[in-house]
Amino acid sequence: MTLTDIGMPHGLDLVPRLPEGAAPLNRKSFTSDQEVRWCPGCGDYAILSAVQSFLPELGVAPENVVVVSGIGCSSRFPYYVDTYGMHSIHGRAPAIATGVAVARPDLSVWVATGDGDALSIGGNHLIHAMRRNVNLKILLFNNEIYGLTKGQYSPTSPTGTVTKSTPTGSVDRPFNPVSLALGSEATFVARTMDSDRKHFTEVLRAAAAHRGTALIEILQNCPIFNDGAYDVLKDRTSAQSRILWLEAGEEVTVGAEKETVAVWSGGSGINLIPRSEAEPALILHHDPAAADPSQAFALSRLDDPALSHIAMGIFRQVSAPAYDDGVRAQVDAARSAAGPVDDAAMEKLLAGGDTWTVGES
Amino acid sequence: MSKPTQQLDQVVIRFAGDSGDGMQLTGDRFTSDAAVFGNDLATLPNYPAEIRAPQGTILGVSSFQLHIADHHIQTPGDAPNVLVAMNPAALKANLGDLPRGAMIIADTDEFSTRNLGKVGYAANPLADGSLSSYHVHALGLTSLTVEALADAEITRKEKERAKNMFALGLLLWLYSRPTDSTERFLTSKFGKKPEVLAANLAALKAGYNYGETSEDFAVHYEVAAAPMRAGTYRNVTGNAATAYGLATAAYKGGLRLVLGSYPITPASEILHNLAAMKRVGVTTVQAEDEIAGIGVALGASYAGALGVTTTSGPGLALKTETVGLAVTLELPLVVVDVQRGGPSTGLPTKTEQADLLQAMFGRNGESPVAIIAAQSPADCFSAAFEACRIAVTYRTPVILLTDGYLANGSEPWRLPTMAELPELVPAFTTEPNHTKTDGTPMLAPYKRDPVTLARPWTIPGTPGLQHRIGGIEKADITGEINYEPDNHEKMVRLRQAKVDGIAASITPLDVDDPDGDAEVLILGWGSTYGPIAAAVAEARKEGAKVARAHLRHLNPFPANTGEVLRSYAKVVVPEMNLGQLALLLRAKYLVDVTSHTAVRGLPFRSSELAEVIVAATKELSK
Ligand code: SF4
Repeated sequence: MTLTDIGMPHGLDLVPRLPEGAAPLNRKSFTSDQEVRWCPGCGDYAILSAVQSFLPELGVAPENVVVVSGIGCSSRFPYYVDTYGMHSIHGRAPAIATGVAVARPDLSVWVATGDGDALSIGGNHLIHAMRRNVNLKILLFNNEIYGLTKGQYSPTSPTGTVTKSTPTGSVDRPFNPVSLALGSEATFVARTMDSDRKHFTEVLRAAAAHRGTALIEILQNCPIFNDGAYDVLKDRTSAQSRILWLEAGEEVTVGAEKETVAVWSGGSGINLIPRSEAEPALILHHDPAAADPSQAFALSRLDDPALSHIAMGIFRQVSAPAYDDGVRAQVDAARSAAGPVDDAAMEKLLAGGDTWTVGES
Repeated sequence: MSKPTQQLDQVVIRFAGDSGDGMQLTGDRFTSDAAVFGNDLATLPNYPAEIRAPQGTILGVSSFQLHIADHHIQTPGDAPNVLVAMNPAALKANLGDLPRGAMIIADTDEFSTRNLGKVGYAANPLADGSLSSYHVHALGLTSLTVEALADAEITRKEKERAKNMFALGLLLWLYSRPTDSTERFLTSKFGKKPEVLAANLAALKAGYNYGETSEDFAVHYEVAAAPMRAGTYRNVTGNAATAYGLATAAYKGGLRLVLGSYPITPASEILHNLAAMKRVGVTTVQAEDEIAGIGVALGASYAGALGVTTTSGPGLALKTETVGLAVTLELPLVVVDVQRGGPSTGLPTKTEQADLLQAMFGRNGESPVAIIAAQSPADCFSAAFEACRIAVTYRTPVILLTDGYLANGSEPWRLPTMAELPELVPAFTTEPNHTKTDGTPMLAPYKRDPVTLARPWTIPGTPGLQHRIGGIEKADITGEINYEPDNHEKMVRLRQAKVDGIAASITPLDVDDPDGDAEVLILGWGSTYGPIAAAVAEARKEGAKVARAHLRHLNPFPANTGEVLRSYAKVVVPEMNLGQLALLLRAKYLVDVTSHTAVRGLPFRSSELAEVIVAATKELSK
């Protein structure tokens, strides 16, 4: 059952779909003729490939898709997708994309950004896009480093990260993008990994269906400046003991045999304890649709710099009015109340209240 | 028995009081009444940056000056003939501007020892004879108001608050104006609060009747209607006219207007005005900051709307990087800068023209934009329309410069009809405009119109024309990323040539030189139009031979600008900055222009400019 089936507005509600019987789209339909120029082995390749393979599923013609990006390695993304695209300036993509979304309900608008672009120079735009719930799908490539400027620490680098700009280790504490998004009232927040095509695609599918802002944090490996940052999550065995896969309605667990379970720790967050010690009724069940984001937030706090545990999946997915829909609704209501916009209507507008007439003399 | 009426050809009235006294509203109402009556008029509000500055202090004085006449006027007037002073601070702050013989109407109730002390008056100037060279009407405005409202079911404080309506009523009587349009206004404003409405109406009436009956006022005056071009008029402020110009241009282009804006003094009223125009399809986004405001506007333009952002100087500084992006994306974008005193926060509520060089050069790289300036409150409409025309036709950001004086000042505006305005033609691309080497048709996003050098505006949703654009240098024609030296050279020059080429579409600089024998040219731009025109008229009365011209387009300049400059022995450029236009003219035309500058946060006085002009003509004939 899809969200639309249960009466929730769909992310693509106002975007024209391909007519029945139209030639099916495929990955090639969304592949531009530009040579991809990321470093060999960069996680961005997998992300690009996953998105290009997923987009045909939307049933939306490439001309009705827009990708806006900022600056950074990840922000080269639009050049490689054969849709409309803008490679803008550092940090501003969410603001520019907001303009696109407000002006055009018939477009599916995506933002490609990185940890530096979205969380440092563009932090203000990101939080406000999420607060407003603009109908945008934001792909946040998080590699915990500045790649394009050759390896300075980023706002998601763990404290103590040694780079050329922090030779004795970074002093500041990092952002947790999921916590930040939840704190910004985001209505859809998810985390996935560049290398996990299947999970990533599921998250994309849910994000595209979501009406409003969908923030997807994608853990992305930068083999040049921060290689292996997420290796412990990519090795099958070590991942099993670390990743809590979030599934709506399911128990929140970790371990090959789901032997460790999440329980509320009496108000101050979530504890992970052996299943044998947990009272079954107190084992946490994931509820991304909960109006109160507290549980989602607590799940986002499980990770630590060593990645001994981390939750993956859709933390939050709630229905709320989208900003651009609200803006349009107000304009539409005013317009339909006032009648057609023609010369007479414009002249009446300009005249305002008090006018006087001077005759020919 | 009614009192005798004396005819005047013009009068300048200044209402001054504490910022909480409602002087702006009082001035606005008198203005509307004068406008509807048919006077020509110009207004100058002047208010503190603080919403509630300390009560009774000079800092907290708010004033509203208006000039009404039975003939065409250009400025709010240099010196008030009448000062309404609601307290000692208002008297002290404004007395210096009054010529001898001016009328002062003061509220004696506010001239308490305490209030006098606050502004350093040792004795009461209303009583110590120090104002003997003025016509002083000292009356208890507050107590008269409270008395008149004795039966009203509101608090004493609320009664006192109606004293501005008492003052307005008195002034309406003094200048033989009917009160009915103000009554209508009050009814619509306070319709939901009947007691407040009744009190305001009663205070207005009481003020009017006081003039009629009090022995203090022997005569009243009349300023006849001014002859004006036939048409329908309204009174309009610069900010409102700017909003109307933007909305009308969008309508004439069949485009949705999308404003992205962040509140800033003195530009916020444009946002307010446009936010109230939803019924004609205007969309406004109050963004999280100045940068987002222009980001939203640029995104909307990219998507095929007319993107506009409005701000004042410090906000323009923040928008700089996005203006640069719009320069290289070559998309239509209108940036309105309502200039105020700078640098930094500067004088938020005062006027200045010191953002010209910021508009011209305030970006990294070679980053030309078109620049337009409005010359009077009503002219903001045409200037905004012209900014949109250039933005849409040439696919370029345009910076429209107005200022605090134009923004808040008002004048009669002859309403244009839609039929008399030109169409704007967005001409979106719908078909490929180029062929690949293998013969397949393609979109070349940077293949230019041979005449305007504008690139195609190809909006998302157009089938088959998907393409990517960005801030990185683009290859000529194809728009693909390109770092080659020769290509960059070409693109930098093409962007410059496109903006320079706008000159072909603008009206030449028009010179006003009635006898054709002037050797001195006064050249201005922006809001100095009125003061300069009035000053030139004054100087001519004194026999000075002087020509006058005013620039609407600051970049590019009209094609004949150099020729005009070179045909005068002396060119004087008055500006409310330290000589920014003069610098540009000198650099571009190698003409030795003389700067006359002032940065007092106030418009030029025309009498002061007239002296400058007369001196310049005399100097030359030496
Ligand atoms: S620097 Fe890192 S993130 Fe950037 S392209 Fe290279 S590998 Fe990818």
